[in-house]
Amino acid sequence: MKIFKVLKPGFFTTVQDLGRFGYLKCGVPISGAMDTFSHTAANVLVGNKPEDATLEVTLTGPELQALAKTQIAVTGGAVSLNINDQKAPMWQTLEVQEGDIISFGKIENGCRAYLSVRGGINVPFVLGSRSTYVRGGFGGINGRPLKSGDEIEGFTVSLLDVQYVLPEKLVPKFTGIYHVHVVLGPQADMFSKKGVNTFFSSQYTVTPESDRMGYRLEGPAIQHKAKADIVSDTLLPGAIQVPKNGEPIIIMRDAPTSGGYAKIAVAITPDISLLGQARPGDVIAFSKITLREAQQKTREFYRLLGSLSSMLIKM
Amino acid sequence: MSSPRYLPFGDTALVIEFGKAISLEINQKVVALGKTLEEAKIEGIEEIVPTYRSLLVRYNPLKTTYEKLVFQIKDIESSPKLDIVRLDSREYTIPIVYGGEYGPDLEYVARYHGLTPKQVVELHSGKKYRVYMIGFIAGFPYLGVVPDEIATPRLEKPRLKVPAGSVGIAEKQTGVYPCEAPGGWRIIGRTPIKLFNSLQQPPTLLKAGDIVKFESISEEEFQILEEVTTKTGFLAFEGIGGNENF
Repeated sequence: MKIFKVLKPGFFTTVQDLGRFGYLKCGVPISGAMDTFSHTAANVLVGNKPEDATLEVTLTGPELQALAKTQIAVTGGAVSLNINDQKAPMWQTLEVQEGDIISFGKIENGCRAYLSVRGGINVPFVLGSRSTYVRGGFGGINGRPLKSGDEIEGFTVSLLDVQYVLPEKLVPKFTGIYHVHVVLGPQADMFSKKGVNTFFSSQYTVTPESDRMGYRLEGPAIQHKAKADIVSDTLLPGAIQVPKNGEPIIIMRDAPTSGGYAKIAVAITPDISLLGQARPGDVIAFSKITLREAQQKTREFYRLLGSLSSMLIKM
Repeated sequence: MSSPRYLPFGDTALVIEFGKAISLEINQKVVALGKTLEEAKIEGIEEIVPTYRSLLVRYNPLKTTYEKLVFQIKDIESSPKLDIVRLDSREYTIPIVYGGEYGPDLEYVARYHGLTPKQVVELHSGKKYRVYMIGFIAGFPYLGVVPDEIATPRLEKPRLKVPAGSVGIAEKQTGVYPCEAPGGWRIIGRTPIKLFNSLQQPPTLLKAGDIVKFESISEEEFQILEEVTTKTGFLAFEGIGGNENF
């Protein structure tokens, strides 16, 4: 069933789900929504499962025409949203009629917004996921961002008879200053004590050379003991690698699956989701926690995602 | 060999590092442990990724802990049985047209070493390579090791676009770009063979532990083969299997 026609694609809008797992050994990155929390919230607000596909909107939003009556939700970075000429709120179920125009302004806080539709976006599974991986040219809509004229398929499902809103206390605020918890390693021993101190006591700015593959940061150089290079090994989202110039790069979800720079630390899972909202100019400060503390926070994050649908308020 | 190091990789993975160098002996251990762990189906392990000299194990922290996994993996890793793991390694011949527009750096590599382009081709296609790992981009095989006579440093400034099928050299490594990508390897030729197809299972032609030999072909042969591979997706000319002692 055709659900949307793309009138304007926005800066970079892709279909994403929770990710493509199990193919790192084939060189295929995990991909998936950069902000897992907002993606999941968008889905549960229209009665979908967390793994259903949404549209990930980057910095400037698209303009879509609804081709059928349906329900949508928009979450993530703060963006002005209109249905026809009416302002519409984020973080709640919205009903749209056939012919309605859904338009986004610029994302003001954060970097990415998520648009879910009742039943989920219907694109074929590629290697077990609907996520778009642009570098590889597969997933989503022909492996590329949306373009004008695309018609997006949905599923034929009955609409919800209630509408929901996410409790205010669960709505994240993206302030442009991110405190990211990390676990040291796997190559922290390649950095001098001074280098490790610099990493934890400095603020780093996200540069314009930042996208779904990773964020280049600018700030005080982190000193290696000697070399910066290693024999290439596996990269996962959240890994923080430091090339010879000392400025860290945070690996994100579409990154190459292997790399040859020493990794000082890895961001914890909930903070990788938060980092999905960091945009050029934003500031990041890192703090160290133990693996045990990290896994405690990660388990809490998974539990929150799992129980989100039961925490919604009926309107 | 000293016993491997176990290192946490964030809150969802760990790394078992067998050494710091590119070596056949180390990579054989990596691949053997990877296969054994896959077969062991340990609770909580979601994915096992072999690299040159380490194995990354991605796990679900809701189902297991770092300490528990280290204990379970050490038990398997220290078992003498690991030395006789039979790998289903295969051998492939990959045709390449060397030089010209297909291999813009062939002349440079030759000059760098005081060789003729023909000698570079003979050296590059004159030996068998091991697939040490697949990484970087979908289906990219890291092959080693190239003869010292043609080992060449990367470009100082990487190209923004390297065409699909390009075969490059970076120091003692050689590899094939399965799709167009930015890259700094010295490109000496191109293959019409597709190494990756997202619609096939598994999506890659090669896996860590496989053996690859390159064969020099003409431009005409390249074009004929390219027509076939474009129609059919992937697959090289498969040779013999069972090269676990390579």
